[in-house]
Amino acid sequence: MEKNAVIIDLKNISVSFDGQPVLKNINLYIRDGEFVTLLGPSGCGKTTTLRIIAGFQAPDSGEVIFEGKVINGVPAHKRQVNTIFQRYALFPNRNVYENVAFGLEQKKLPKARIRETVEEMLALVNLKGFEKRRISSLSGGQQQRVAIARALAVKPRVLLLDEPLGALDLKLRKDMQVELKNIQQRLGITFIYVTHDQEEALSMSDTIVVLDNGEIQQIGTPTDIYNEPKNAFVADFIGESNILDGIMHEDFSVEFHGMRFQCVDKGFGKDEPVDVVVRPEDVDIVPPEEGMLRGVVTSVTFKGVHYEIIVDIDGFKWMVQTTGYAAVGDEIGLSIKPDEIQVMKKSAYSGLYGDYSSFSEEFDELSDPDSDVSDEEPAEV
Amino acid sequence: MKKTSLTAKLVNAPYIVWSVLFILAPMIMVVYYALTDRDGNFTFSNLGSLSSYSETFGRSIWYAFLATVICLLLAYPLAYIMAHSKASKQRTLMMLIMLPMWMNFLIRTYSWITILANTGILNTLFETIGIGRVQMINTPGAVILGMVYNYLPYMVLPIYSVMSKLDQSLVEAAQDLGCNNRAVLKTVIFPQSLPGVISGITMVFVPSVSTFYISQKLGGGKFMLVGDAIEMQFQSAYNYNLGAALSLVLMLMIVICMLIMNRFTDDSEEGAMLF
Repeated sequence: MEKNAVIIDLKNISVSFDGQPVLKNINLYIRDGEFVTLLGPSGCGKTTTLRIIAGFQAPDSGEVIFEGKVINGVPAHKRQVNTIFQRYALFPNRNVYENVAFGLEQKKLPKARIRETVEEMLALVNLKGFEKRRISSLSGGQQQRVAIARALAVKPRVLLLDEPLGALDLKLRKDMQVELKNIQQRLGITFIYVTHDQEEALSMSDTIVVLDNGEIQQIGTPTDIYNEPKNAFVADFIGESNILDGIMHEDFSVEFHGMRFQCVDKGFGKDEPVDVVVRPEDVDIVPPEEGMLRGVVTSVTFKGVHYEIIVDIDGFKWMVQTTGYAAVGDEIGLSIKPDEIQVMKKSAYSGLYGDYSSFSEEFDELSDPDSDVSDEEPAEV
Repeated sequence: MKKTSLTAKLVNAPYIVWSVLFILAPMIMVVYYALTDRDGNFTFSNLGSLSSYSETFGRSIWYAFLATVICLLLAYPLAYIMAHSKASKQRTLMMLIMLPMWMNFLIRTYSWITILANTGILNTLFETIGIGRVQMINTPGAVILGMVYNYLPYMVLPIYSVMSKLDQSLVEAAQDLGCNNRAVLKTVIFPQSLPGVISGITMVFVPSVSTFYISQKLGGGKFMLVGDAIEMQFQSAYNYNLGAALSLVLMLMIVICMLIMNRFTDDSEEGAMLF
C-alpha cells in the first residue's frame, strides 16, 4: 500500500466515564484512503474512540488532529467526517430521498445539485427507485444502504462506521462486507470501522487496531496481526491459538513442554520467560514416534473443511486443525515447523488464554443446545 | 367483526355501564335541558338567546389561547432541560412540577390573591424597592396567569414524556450531517416532539376554555368566562336550560378544536400512533 499523508492523528487521548477509565493514553494515526478497523471486545473503548473522532465525545486529555490541525474544540457538524451509526439513526419522518438529501440540504445546495447527488448515491448503494419509500417499510439491509448513502452524499473525507453490520444476518453481512470494501476502494476515502468480529476485520482492513481495556494492544496489517500477535490477548482474540509458557534460551531457540524448538524469533534476553503461540492449523499430525511432541486425542469434531482435534500433552490441551483423522484415545505425534512458532514477550494477559483444557470439557456439553461455549462466532445482536 | 365471548362481555360490562351512566347520560341531559324550556317544552329559544354571550365566548377562547401559548413557551424548554438532566435532577424537577397539584385547585387559585392584591406580597415588595404599586389583581393578565399556573403541568408532562424517549442517535446523526444546535432543534427535536406538543395543547386549552372560578377570584368578576356563566346559571340564576345551552355550545367548540388538533397529528403519520 502506498503511503498517503496522515489524515487523522490521535495524541495521548484519555477518557473516563464516572471515574472509570475508558481510554488510556491512545496514540494512533490514520492515513488518507486507508481502511482502518478498530477491533476489540465490547467495552474495550473502540466506539468511544470513534465518537472522539466524530466530535460527539470530548477527550479528557490529548489532541485530535485532522490534517495537521487540532480539532478538539470543533463541533461535530463542522468536521469533515461522517458516521454510520450502529442502529443507522435514519430519520423516521423522512422518506429515503429526504434522508439521503438531509446533509446536502443543510449545506443549502441548489435543488438540482441535491437531486443529482442523491440519485448518484442511491445508485451507488443499489437503491434506485426507492426514493419515495418510508424508512419503516425497508428491511435492515436496505436501511443500512440508506445510511451509507446518506453519509457518503456529503462527501466526507473520513467515514466512521460503528459496527454497521452488527444487526444483519450472516449472509447479508458477508455481502455487505464486500460491498463496503468496494465502495471504499472506488471512492478512495478513509474508512474507520469499528467491530468486534475478527473475521470481518481480517477480511476488510488495510490496518487493524486491536483494543482491549482502553489500550491499544497491537496495530498492524491483518497478516501481521494474525501471524505475529504481540501478546496473548491478540493471539487469542484473533483466530484460535495454543498459547504456552516457554523460555527463550537464545535467538532462534525456544523451550516449551520441556523440549527445545527451533524458531525464527530473536532479540529476547537470555533465558527470558515468554509466551509461545502456535496456530491450530500450523500443527502437523504425524505418527507418535516421529512427533516432536506426543499426546492423546481427547476429542474430535468434524468442522467441514477440517477436523478439530484436542490433544492432551502433559496436561495441556492443544487444539489442532487437520484434514487427517485421528480417533479419540489415539496417541499421536505433533510436528511444528520453526516459522510456525510465534514467540511473544510476557504481558498482563499471560496465562489467561490459550489452553483448551476447559474447551474439551465443554465438548461434553455440546449436545445441550443452550450451551454456546465453543462458539467463537460473534454474538448476534 | 370478531365475536366477543361471554367472559369478554362480562369483563366489559362494568365499563359499558360506567360509560352509559357517567358519560352518555349527562350528555343526554345537557342536550335535553338545552332544547327545552322550564316546563319541558321543546324550544330553540335557549340557543337563540346565546348571542348575548358572544363576548363571553370570544373572551374565553382568546384567554385560553393566550394561556396555551404561554404554557407552551414555558413548558417546551423546561421539558427539554428536564429530559436532558441527570436522573436525580429529573426526579426533583418532576416533584416540583407535581407539588402544587397536591393542593386543592380552589386554594391554589385563592392564594394568588394574596400575592397579586394591591396590598399583597408583590406590591409590598415593589413599594419597598421604590417601583410603586402596580395593578395586578382584577386584570386580564391575572386571569391568564391563573390559567397558566394551574394547567402548566399538563403541558410539561406530555412534552417531557416524548422528549425523554427521543432517540439521541438521531440528534447525533443530524449534527453529523451538518446541523448546528438550532438546525437540530428544527429538523429533529421539534418534529419528533410534535405528538407531545399536540396533546399538551389539547390538555391545556380544553380546561382553560371551560374553566370557572379563576376569573371570579383573580379577575374580580369583571371578565366573565363561559365556565363562570354556566356556573352562574346553575348556582344562582337557576336557569338550567340556559346553562345547558351554554354547555352544549362549549362542548361543540371543544370538539371542533380537538378535531382541528387531530388533523395536525394525522399529517405526521407516525406521531399519530402515539395517541
